[in-house]
Amino acid sequence: MRILKRCYILLMLLFLYAPIFVLMVFSFNSSRSRGRWGGFTTDWYAALWSDREIKQALITTLLIAVISAVVACIAGTAAALGINSFGKVQKRAVLAVNNLPVLNPDIVTGVSLMILFQFFFRIIGGGSMGFVTLLLAHITFNIPYVILSVLPKLRQLDKNMYEAALDLGATAPRAFFKVILPEISGGIISGFILAFTLSIDDFVISFFTTGQGVSNLSIMIYGMARRGINPKINALSTIIFIVVMVLLYLVNKINKEKDAK
Amino acid sequence: MKIKLSYSSANRAAAYPYLLYMLVFTIVPVLLVIYYSLTNDEGAFTTANFSRVFEGVYLSVMWRSVKLAAGSTLMCFLIGYPLAYVIASLDTKSKTWLNRDTILFLIIVPMWMNFLLRTYAWLTILEKNGIINSFLDMLHITKLNLLYNNGAVVLGMVYNFVPFMILPVYTVLNKMDNSLIEAAQDLGAGKLHVFFKVIFPMSIPGVISGVNMVFMPAVTTFVVSDLLGGKQFILVGNLIEQQFLTVYDWHFGSAISVILMIVILFTIGIVGAADKDSDGGQLI
Repeated sequence: MRILKRCYILLMLLFLYAPIFVLMVFSFNSSRSRGRWGGFTTDWYAALWSDREIKQALITTLLIAVISAVVACIAGTAAALGINSFGKVQKRAVLAVNNLPVLNPDIVTGVSLMILFQFFFRIIGGGSMGFVTLLLAHITFNIPYVILSVLPKLRQLDKNMYEAALDLGATAPRAFFKVILPEISGGIISGFILAFTLSIDDFVISFFTTGQGVSNLSIMIYGMARRGINPKINALSTIIFIVVMVLLYLVNKINKEKDAK
Repeated sequence: MKIKLSYSSANRAAAYPYLLYMLVFTIVPVLLVIYYSLTNDEGAFTTANFSRVFEGVYLSVMWRSVKLAAGSTLMCFLIGYPLAYVIASLDTKSKTWLNRDTILFLIIVPMWMNFLLRTYAWLTILEKNGIINSFLDMLHITKLNLLYNNGAVVLGMVYNFVPFMILPVYTVLNKMDNSLIEAAQDLGAGKLHVFFKVIFPMSIPGVISGVNMVFMPAVTTFVVSDLLGGKQFILVGNLIEQQFLTVYDWHFGSAISVILMIVILFTIGIVGAADKDSDGGQLI
């Protein structure tokens, strides 16, 4: 039974990792054809490095992820603060709308935002989709997640603490930054991480809300993959995989050390 | 008292900008989609877009999407449930590679890779001159057409979404009250009996959320079908994408989107209600 269990785990891990390892191995293959091994090379990495389009896409991805996550954190925290003191009925109504982008299929969210932007451009009689619309779309799907991770922290908060701070003469902003913010910072940070990774990983919504000449990595990869195999993508995958693996490992380790304390 | 009042009203005001934002970026877009779905090019009211969805060609696209998504969900359940079960039975303190945290970590890592890259990876393996076919060629066996068919699309879906089945099932199994299992054993139930009468019924909430989390993205995807199914392979997602980006029939595209939205929100509502029922029913 134990051997059976081990075999099953190994088999599933093989299923999950085999494609990724194939990509990694073939990123060092000098033959353009995938089936044959033509010798070791790092040419694809060099080609990747000098590819201006890919560099631009990487910059766009990171810029959109950072800006949209920061904006979503500020807007989402403020919104959560307000929603938390709403009455029951109001709260339920607002959260239902807030959940719409979370529950809706990505393709519907993408299409509906695209219609919104085009509609707006028609009204003002000009303009086209690009970086700004892409950013707005990412902010739109990020805010709900920040709200959902900050609200539970606010619910746990002892309201008396804030009032005690006010009674002791703190101004409202000071009381907020000294009393409330430290208590909910965990929720804001996890909201930020969630927003950032969702933004980096998004393809479908970005695909519908961007315009000519503005691509993030996902859109870029889609375009390349549609035209067939490209060894540069293999090289890119290898780098992304290693970065992800190292980051997750570090996060895991830090969490464990925290738990140990 | 005065301070308290101003505190909570000031607090409420913090949400007002977002309410406005939601109105513009969440509610208005949905209304626009509904508006487009109910009008024609001249802007006149029509239900033709919806009746078109139920024409033979499009109905078969819908049917194929549901069929493939359901098949993928079933596959994810069949291979994911046993894995979740095995992981839940692993030792937490073991120092070898075979401990729970390590395996869970290894299952989560690929999820953080870009979705498109994960799908693209299968191209390398399955395509005409890919690894499997090169290997067959070496053995002088005729090459297989592994790509651009139902099987390839289902494989892509299962590969991408199986962690969404494993993790919720694992969470439920992990939280399960061991004393119930021990009680069943003490009362003389065999291993299989314990599993089917005690463990499996108690893990159903996890299975339901797993099914939800696999089926939803699978039925609406257009990336997997596009890359692994080829250009003529059409699912609902591809149909919507085409209407908006190549055919430019926003009215028809909107009608399909509205139907998709209704079906999915409805399903989530039902599953949510069922989830609550089973939670309450089981604990008491």
